[in-house]
Amino acid sequence: MAGRTFAEKVLGRASGKTKAKAGEIVEASPDLVMSHENTFLVNKAFSEMGLSRPWNPDRIAIVLDHRTPANTAQTAEVHSRIRKLVNEYGIKRFYDAGEGICHQLLVEERLVRPGQLVLGTDSHTTTAGAIGAFATGVGATEMAGVWATGSLWLRIPETHRVELSGHLQKGTYPKDVALRIASMIGPSGADYKCIEFNGSLIQDMPIAGRMVLCNMSVEMGAKAAIVVPDAVTREWFRGYAPPVKDMVMSDPDAAFERRIEADVSKLGPLVAGPDKVELSRSVDEFEGVGIDQAFIGTCTNGRLEDLIAAAEVLKGRKVSPSCRLIVAPASRKILVDAIDMGVAQTIISAGGTLLPPGCGPCLGSHEGVLGPGEVCISSSNRNFRGRMGSEEAVIYLASPATVAASAIEGKIADPRRFLR
Amino acid sequence: MSGKPRIWLFGDDVNTDLIIPGRYLDSYDPAHLASHAMEGANKDFAAGVTEGDIIVAGGNFGCGSSREQAVIALKRSGVQAIIARSFARIFYRNAINLGLPVVVSDTADSLFKDGDSALLEVEAGTLASLDGTKVAALDKIPNHVRVILDHGGLIPYVKAKIEKKKSGPILLKRK
Repeated sequence: MAGRTFAEKVLGRASGKTKAKAGEIVEASPDLVMSHENTFLVNKAFSEMGLSRPWNPDRIAIVLDHRTPANTAQTAEVHSRIRKLVNEYGIKRFYDAGEGICHQLLVEERLVRPGQLVLGTDSHTTTAGAIGAFATGVGATEMAGVWATGSLWLRIPETHRVELSGHLQKGTYPKDVALRIASMIGPSGADYKCIEFNGSLIQDMPIAGRMVLCNMSVEMGAKAAIVVPDAVTREWFRGYAPPVKDMVMSDPDAAFERRIEADVSKLGPLVAGPDKVELSRSVDEFEGVGIDQAFIGTCTNGRLEDLIAAAEVLKGRKVSPSCRLIVAPASRKILVDAIDMGVAQTIISAGGTLLPPGCGPCLGSHEGVLGPGEVCISSSNRNFRGRMGSEEAVIYLASPATVAASAIEGKIADPRRFLR
Repeated sequence: MSGKPRIWLFGDDVNTDLIIPGRYLDSYDPAHLASHAMEGANKDFAAGVTEGDIIVAGGNFGCGSSREQAVIALKRSGVQAIIARSFARIFYRNAINLGLPVVVSDTADSLFKDGDSALLEVEAGTLASLDGTKVAALDKIPNHVRVILDHGGLIPYVKAKIEKKKSGPILLKRK
């Protein structure tokens, strides 16, 4: 009998059908559910179901991050309603405006643990796969159904295994790997699938980089993505009780629908765009493209490692007068660490504008909205037309170092020129 | 269905930022959302769409964000169903949960042009031109999804489930 995949094991356990295979529909109970500002919509649907208290407030985490501090009076009202219901339902895992981005906090606060089933009302919930959890996005009404019943139907996905080998060259980062894989798989190549990242590259990769890979997997259509848990995963939970024992992973003889291999040894910095994530090419093919805004942050690349990479490029240099640099740390802890290490000082002295922890301008609602004809290079995950403001604006995606290098030159630039 | 349903044709990878951009999401008012529906993909859609119209699209429709407002905007616009080669998974679930039929068809987007009139028969599994000369076959809606659609969406479905739980088995049969 063939072995079982990670997805089969987690969803089998969560549904009480321990023999369930890929393709089967199961009724699964999540270990943790998360929602952000759209908790407002969740609760609206939940109330319409005629219920007054969620099935298990201890399994709910709520984070205000998309429009923080409130960008409009309407948002402020949404925030205050959410604060009220958090009190009313007795939800303890509540993170108010300024604490950080939901996907960062789930991992940073160790709210998500290996082998868990996690649902979030945000497509980038896949990020938590970095620590070996099955984490997937759902809509607001779906979440209301989970609040009501404690479960939802899920189809057990087939698994695509991505084996990554080689070492990253100077100036090349997990973001470049993610962009390369996105161009190999395409925007729907992993539709409804679970991606598993494995291989020698992964063994050296800290949780921050693993989060980038799992985060970007939804741009390939993936339902969930994990980095196969290992010693790095175990180390992440050291000191956070209970100790991590057996981590769930696919059996060696499990059936993988597809295997993809990539050697990153010769990979250099990439830039993706415009409009489509899969359109990535070497940075030198974009050299000289003028930019109006450079943005570093988001659930993809707003971590301490990212700010450090940007600061290495920016140290002793100035942002071009022809563009602005905006930096939003992914959490309060990251911001504090960046201040302690002098990284924030480097960024601000170079001419960068530091935003409070949160999603920032990624989704075009505030704090750096693009105007018609403007060009932005961003460390985020989506370059869809109109996402960051005007439909006549253009967005390119790249690593934080490439974004920083571009900010110095006022046009898309190779970060390797600025790294010693 | 009154009038002749018009087909609004779209290509591959229509993402949620094209369906309803983030800059309109401060408000949860369905009418507001509908007034900007599909703005990034077809500027004439929001003003031109009428009750009962049908969206026909290529692959990966609704990719991107989990924002349910994308479905709210289309449903409030009067769209009766979306027929596509494939759907991004969160959008698909959102549509079912809000009672908007989403049906897979390998041929609809190549058989029909934007602006065509057509008749949709979800039960029979066909999208046909008014003169019957063009017929696109539709995939069957899976049963576990169908039961939610039949109730009109997840809210009425869960309500029924809770009612049923009080009196008997949890699993609901199709109506």
